[in-house]
Order: sequence, then structure tokens, then C-alpha cells
Amino acid sequence: MTKYIIKRLVMAVLTVFIVATLTFFLMNAVPGGPYEAEKSISPQAKAALEAKFGLDQPLFTQYLTYMKNILHGDFGPSLKQRGREVIDIILTKFPVSAKVGGLSVLVSLIVGIPVGCIAALNRGKASDSTIIVIATIGIAVPSFVVCSLSMYLFGVKLGWLPTVGLMSWKNYIMPVFALSFYPTAYIVRLMRSSMLDALGQDYMRTARAKGVSEAVSLFKHALRNAILPVVTYVGPMMAYTLTGSFIVEKVFTIPGLGGEFVSSITNRDYMMIMGTTIFLATLMVFINFVVDIVYKIIDPRINLK
Amino acid sequence: MSEHLVDIRNLHLSFFTPAGEVKALNDVSLFLDEGEVLGVVGESGSGKSVTASAIMGITADPGRIVSGKVIFNGHDIGSLDEKELRKIRGKEVSMIFQDPMTSLNPVYTVGNQIEEAILLHTDKNKQEARERAVELLRLVGINEPEKRIKQYPHELSGGMRQRVMIAIALACEPKLLIADEPTTALDVTIQAQILELIMELKHKLGMAVILITHDLGIVSSMCDRIAVMYAGKVIECGTTDDIFYNTKHEYTKGLLRSVPNLYEEESTRLVAIEGTPVDMLNPPAGCPFAPRCPQCMKICLKEMPPYHEFSDIHYSACWLTQKAEFEEAGKGEE
Ligand SMILES: Nc1ncnc2c1ncn2[C@@H]1O[C@H](COP(=O)(O)OP(=O)(O)OP(=O)(O)O)[C@@H](O)[C@H]1O
Ligand code: SF4
Ligand SMILES: [Mg+2]
Repeated sequence: MTKYIIKRLVMAVLTVFIVATLTFFLMNAVPGGPYEAEKSISPQAKAALEAKFGLDQPLFTQYLTYMKNILHGDFGPSLKQRGREVIDIILTKFPVSAKVGGLSVLVSLIVGIPVGCIAALNRGKASDSTIIVIATIGIAVPSFVVCSLSMYLFGVKLGWLPTVGLMSWKNYIMPVFALSFYPTAYIVRLMRSSMLDALGQDYMRTARAKGVSEAVSLFKHALRNAILPVVTYVGPMMAYTLTGSFIVEKVFTIPGLGGEFVSSITNRDYMMIMGTTIFLATLMVFINFVVDIVYKIIDPRINLK
Repeated sequence: MSEHLVDIRNLHLSFFTPAGEVKALNDVSLFLDEGEVLGVVGESGSGKSVTASAIMGITADPGRIVSGKVIFNGHDIGSLDEKELRKIRGKEVSMIFQDPMTSLNPVYTVGNQIEEAILLHTDKNKQEARERAVELLRLVGINEPEKRIKQYPHELSGGMRQRVMIAIALACEPKLLIADEPTTALDVTIQAQILELIMELKHKLGMAVILITHDLGIVSSMCDRIAVMYAGKVIECGTTDDIFYNTKHEYTKGLLRSVPNLYEEESTRLVAIEGTPVDMLNPPAGCPFAPRCPQCMKICLKEMPPYHEFSDIHYSACWLTQKAEFEEAGKGEE
């Protein structure tokens, strides 16, 4: 186990390194630069700024300097938001996204798993068909439609919920709803099919023949097997949701990392792009690692090598 | 009249599927006494497993008892509710299944799955249940039970898993063990070991056994009595000697003919008799075996042959034997 963890750690560092390197060179291969768009800036001022951030150096030298700095935990200053460190921006924006995202993950699990099970247990009945139809719609409808519709209906038309910012708990309802819409629907479908599969397995008959009650055979014997595909899905879903959705953050004016990332790209804020990319890659790798461990705990057949 | 351990009387059981009523059991009557070994043979789909499930009260979902009774150990199984049935299952009657590879839950240890049965039906605590589980594993011939108990099913071989299934089944020393083709999925050498184990445990614990199989060799050597099933009916039932040497039903005769030599070393699997099995959605009015029977007569197509008793325990449902009776009776009158 420790051997496995060390191996995974090495892999993780390597993955993040490769992502960083690729991003660095791809980003620079795209024409344009951080100060191109600013008409007001004089050529002298631009040259001075570029010299200050080392952008006048050869690309490879820049790369080496950058990599050396991040080894010391220095992600550099934002090129656009003057006087702010990249790491500070990430550390103030990420918690905002993570809070909305984390709630969404919770909601999709808390709703998705039981509803999927209920559908499976009522297979072929009206309740099952209703759940399938709703879940299919949930998967098919794009998130901006969910955002705009709920915004229009509950925010504007009915005026029940606030539409801007994250001042009170009420502000969370719509973004969390919008963000958990798709994953909930997906988990419902996943859970339903894996539960049906588990219910038909021979070990369920064994449990019944032993005299196990329905509740125990469902929660102990079926659920633990049926939940495995959901665990696999939750990993990437969590990484995606926690880091904030650009669309949801834009529509509901949430000051999160998702929006920040997108604007850093349009602004060509090289330092910011690199910083967020490395952060997201690390988070992704970490979550996947945790998911693998959880998977191993649930399913002893998984051999961690 | 003595009380039988299992007494199935005129059992009709159907599966109410969207395609229609599948009459899986048509008038099954069968009994079993304490400590007895009953073999149940018959081709695929003849209703062997459905009969076993009916005794356990675990008939799968669209299935219902239409009429008749299943009495087990004094309980009228059909009239009990789930809760009452749960107290009987795993305690008074246990079942092991064909495929040990899939019959154990892959995500729990062997120990956990054995202890579950013990904790359910006794008031032993966790510690005592664990000790009992180790004891059971030793009983079913598993080496290093203390180590095995912590392992997961995928870490054991097929034969070993079937031993674990037997350990689970015997956890509460049931009065009846139903073994539904317990060795079909195993290697030939392992098959013999498992059957030997079942017989050994039967002698040690004194339980009754219902052995469901395709293998006539197995029943001939292990069983006191044999029930032959065809199309959801016990078409002949008697002692092992009755069935092999005093065969009455044409289907049983066909089965025996398809076995080259019973006393050969290798046990013999049933070879299919020519013709197709009965359509259980639309069973024929007469003898279900009629379309495949070489001796088929007019009456066979029209009317279901009634049971005829040759002795207290040997009975069969075939018009041919009735005819012989008639003729004999006729002769006597002359
Ligand atoms: N859940 C079910 N739904 C509908 N029909 C069923 C169901 N279970 C069993 N049957 C029907 O009951 C009949 C008897 O099946 P059963 O499983 O008892 O056969 P079997 O004698 O055990 O055969 P095998 O040797 O293949 O195990 C079959 O015709 C089958 O189609
Ligand atoms: S009743 Fe008739 S058809 Fe059926 S087995 Fe006997 S002889 Fe054959
Ligand atoms: Mg069967």
C-alpha cells in the first residue's frame, strides 16, 4: 500500500509537470500577448512591463525561470491584475467555487443515489418510467439553458430568489441547482442500471436464502456493489464541479475560479493561466487518487499496483 | 400417518409474465423424511429449481403458488409472511447453488458472510460467531480457517467457494439442505470431493438432503429416493432401486437408456432425449411427454395420466402402466 502511494505520488508530480510544460509552450505558441489589447499603453511602457516580467527573454529561459520559481511555491504576479499574486487570486477565488461546487456534488449524490435505487426497485412501474424521463431530460438539456430558465423563472418572474452574488444561503439555491442538474440526472441513470444489475446477481439469492431481511440485503449486499460505477463517475465530476463552471458563474455573477480561468485566457495573463492550470491539474490528480483509494476500500477485488 | 419433513401436495405454481402464465409446476406432489436423501432429476426447465425455491419460500417475483400446499417442518410455507419465512430460511432449511463463483458477495469477506447467517439466527455475539465460523470452515475441510476467514471470495478457488457456501448453509445446522446442482460448475475431481463432503456432513449432522442434478450417476450412488421431473410434474418417484430396476414411466426409461453405463468410473450426464421440451405457456391437455414418447397412445394426447402407486413410495403417471393394470385386472375377471 505505501509502495502504491509513493508510486502514485511520483506519477502525480510527473503528470502535473507535463501539463505545466505543455501549457507553457502551447500558450506561448498562440500569437498575441498580455499587453497587446491595451491601446493606451506606449511602446516604452510595454517594453518596460515585458522586461519587468522577463517576457523579453528567450522562451526557454522563461520556462526555466518559471519552473524554478514554482518549485519554491512562487507562482508569480498576475500580469493583468496589477500588484496581485497569482496564488492569492487562486486562494480567494477557489473557495467560492468549491463551496458552490461542493454543495452541488453533495446534492447530486444525495438525490441521485436514492432516486436511482427507487427507480430500480420499482422497475417497469410508473414511478420508474417517470424518473427515467426526467433523468433523460436532465442529461439532454445544456447547463446554460437550465441557468437561464431558472434565472428567468425564479429570479425575475417570480422573484423568489436573488439573482446576483452569494450574500445569503438563498443565493446558493439556483447556482447549486443548475450545477447539480446534469450530474444528478447522470447518477440517477447510473445508479438505476447498476442497482438492477446487482439485484439480479446470484449473491442476492444467497442472501435471501440465508434469511437476510430485504433492507439488509438491499443496503448491505446490493448497494455496495451497485455504487461502484457511481464512485468512478464522481471523481472527474467532482474535479469539474469544484473548480467552478464558467457558465454558471457568469450567469449568477459568482466570483469564482471558473470565471477567473476563462478571463485569464482571453487576457493572455500568462502567469494566471499557468497558475490556474497547475492548480487544477493538481486538484484533478489528487481527486482521482482519493477516488482510487475509495474504490479499493469498497471493492476488495481491485488490485492497487 | 407420520409427519414428513417436507410434504408438497398437488402444488401448482405459475409465473405470471407479460407473455402469459408460465405453468412452471403442474401438480407436484413430493415428500421427504428427516435424514433422507432425495435426488431430483429432469431436464432443463422441468421445474427442479422452482420446486426447491418453493420449499424455501423464495419463489422469484412473478411467480405464485396457484394451488396446493408446501409443508416444511410443520410450517405451511404458502401461508407464512416474509418475516416468518426469514426465520426459517438459513435456520431450518438452507440452500446451495450451482455457481459458487457468483453466489458469494464479492465485496465481503468469507467470514463476514458466514457470520451473517449465524448472527441472524442465534443469539451469539460477534466474537462467538467468528469462532463458530472458523469451526464451520474447518468442518467443510478448509485449511487454515483463521486465515481464510479474512479473505474475499475472489481469493478462493471454485471448489473452496462451494465449501464456503456449504459452511454458510450449515451455520445453524438446518434440518434440510437443498443442493441445486452443487457441482455442475466445478471440475470433475472437485465435484466428487464436494459430493463426498455433503454426504459426510449429512451423516455427521443428520440433516435431510435434496440433491438436484442432471447427473444420474450421482443420484444412483447418493440418494435413498429419486424424483423424476418432466414439464413441471413429478412423473415418477420411488426408491433408487425402483427407479433404476423397476422403471415405470416412459420418460424415465428414456433417461436410463440415454445413460451408456451407470457403473462406469465417470459419472454420466443426461443425454437429451429426442424432441423439444414442452411449451410451458401452452401445456398440452394430455401427457406432456406424449410428443416425444415412443409408446404414445390415443388417450395420452387427450387426458393427463393419473398417478398410479406401485408401492407406498413408488408412483408414476403414465397411461401405459395403467393399461397394464387394466389388462391384468381384466384377466383376473375372466
Ligand atoms: N422468474 C421466472 N419467470 C418466468 N418463468 C420462470 C422463472 N423462473 C423459472 N421459470 C420457468 O419455470 C420453469 C422451470 O424452471 P426451473 O428453473 O425450475 O428449471 P430447472 O429444472 O431447475 O432447470 P435447470 O436444470 O436448467 O436448472 C421453466 O420453464 C422456466 O421458464
Ligand atoms: S402417458 Fe402415454 S405418452 Fe405419456 S409417457 Fe406414458 S405412454 Fe408415453
Ligand atoms: Mg435449476
